[in-house]
Amino acid sequence: MTDLTDLGVAAIRDGVRVGTFSAREVADAFIVKVSQAKALNAFLVETPDHAIAAAKEADSARAAGEALKPLAGVPIGMKDLFCTKGVASTAASHILEGFTPPYESTVSGKLWDAGAGMLGKLNMDQFAMGSSNETSAFGNVISPWRRADGGNAPLAPGGSSGGSSAAIAARLCPAATGTDTGGSIRQPAAFTGISGIKPTYGRCSRWGVVAFASSLDQAGPMARDVRDCAIMLEAMSGFDPKDATSLELDVPKWEQSLSGNLRGKRVGIPKEYRVDNMPAEIDALWQQGIDWLKDAGAEIVEVSLPHTKYALPAYYIIAPAEASSNLARYDGVRYGLRDLPDGANLQDMYAATRAAGFGPEVKRRILIGTYVLSAGFYDAYYTQAQKVRTLIARDFDRAWESCDLLLTPTAPSAAFALGEKLADPLAMYLNDVFTVPSSLAGLPAMSVPGGLDMGGLPLGLQIIGKALDEQGVLNAGLALEERAGFVARPEAWW
Amino acid sequence: MSVDIATVKKIASLARIAITEEEAARIAPELDNIMGWIEQLGEVDCTGVEPMTAVIPNHLRLRDDVVTDGGVRDAVLSNAPQAEHGFFTVPKVIE
Repeated sequence: MTDLTDLGVAAIRDGVRVGTFSAREVADAFIVKVSQAKALNAFLVETPDHAIAAAKEADSARAAGEALKPLAGVPIGMKDLFCTKGVASTAASHILEGFTPPYESTVSGKLWDAGAGMLGKLNMDQFAMGSSNETSAFGNVISPWRRADGGNAPLAPGGSSGGSSAAIAARLCPAATGTDTGGSIRQPAAFTGISGIKPTYGRCSRWGVVAFASSLDQAGPMARDVRDCAIMLEAMSGFDPKDATSLELDVPKWEQSLSGNLRGKRVGIPKEYRVDNMPAEIDALWQQGIDWLKDAGAEIVEVSLPHTKYALPAYYIIAPAEASSNLARYDGVRYGLRDLPDGANLQDMYAATRAAGFGPEVKRRILIGTYVLSAGFYDAYYTQAQKVRTLIARDFDRAWESCDLLLTPTAPSAAFALGEKLADPLAMYLNDVFTVPSSLAGLPAMSVPGGLDMGGLPLGLQIIGKALDEQGVLNAGLALEERAGFVARPEAWW
Repeated sequence: MSVDIATVKKIASLARIAITEEEAARIAPELDNIMGWIEQLGEVDCTGVEPMTAVIPNHLRLRDDVVTDGGVRDAVLSNAPQAEHGFFTVPKVIE
């Protein structure tokens, strides 16, 4: 019998439906894998009971001859940024240690309603701030991948959804949720050889998701292939009256309409993404991606996004500004940590609690945010960044006059070793150079694995689409996937 | 423009984060480096450009002014570091 943990979402769903195996067998197989993979540090909390309960429900529904729910029998991982009723949710921070939400986030609730079960809460960068998973208060996630040079240097699984990417790549779960503020789904997907899509801002409700930068945060799925992403995204999306920015639109049938045929589609190649010092391998993969899309019938056109170089600095004003405001709620009064030094007054308690509870990267971003919003600097920094954001969005609107989609690399390098960029925050920020512009413009974007670098590590290609054109993005992703034939996987050492 | 130790201490106080002298001395050059890099935004000519307020055109909805949720005091207080008599408690603020 096949190892059930090698199966993806669609294969599990279909197998449970026709009775090739039971949902319980699937859940048990993944639960064992999760319990054996502590060395990866991908899970903060394991919830086997949750997965088993969902599996039992799926199996009894099938035994009773009832129609199965869309994700019946599929156990998944849940990024710890999502509040899950009755299960500890910390956003990988000390300040929320011990917090058990008495409510369920809309996205996780939708997944349970669709029949999915939860294997556990996945480690991540603290409050989703980081690109390497080194800012978690509960230790680094280690990528299951190793360089092919025989070196055993622990590698970054990407961030912030690094627990999600590591768990999927290591076959600990068939799919997981991620969230993407400036690339936190796409970059970890690229680093670990899996797929992930950030939908249009507003597709997925942010209600019950621990907030980082509210005008950018968007949930999305991560999985081993494009079809599985489409299935997951359908279950996660939809209007939510509890989120004022939620889009009041029906959820399209993305899986049913999947097609890798791109005839009639024009794909733009943004010339400004050819950055200095880009590794030759990334450039070669990009060219390969262009050839694959041509082969799928697409017409390739060069486009210009002139404000690309200003996207990162604008992001590093807007995101910390919103974070400094959102994270003001962690003050030791209503939930989480409280540090009350002897004789301290209320103000001292706030300051001591926040000093003890936030990690260095979170403090750094709160300080940047407080600085750019402070009196005298607000217009020079924050207003200017919001104007530049308008120009970046306008660049994309102009590009859509000559193309339907954009193709770029996902990240400027393959996974780096843990610790390699830690000393220089700016070098770490620059890793998001290709993912941030589409985040600022709220556009759907996806990373799919394209190949391996010379060290045997995965590299990703990114497709960016027009607002609400998730179908176009998924279809182009499928066209790449069909041609890349990416089957590499990390060898189990954990 | 440069971020010095005094500035870091002032921002930390605005952000309600206690900070030691050593931390301020370590953070100042980091922030200075990051803010120096951010300065390049000043090059962009934004004459006549409106700052973005909504990333996807979407009208903010208004709902009926009615209670949709409530009566869950115990749930609200369930994660409080300290709660008494159905309230959150904090250190004494009035002498």
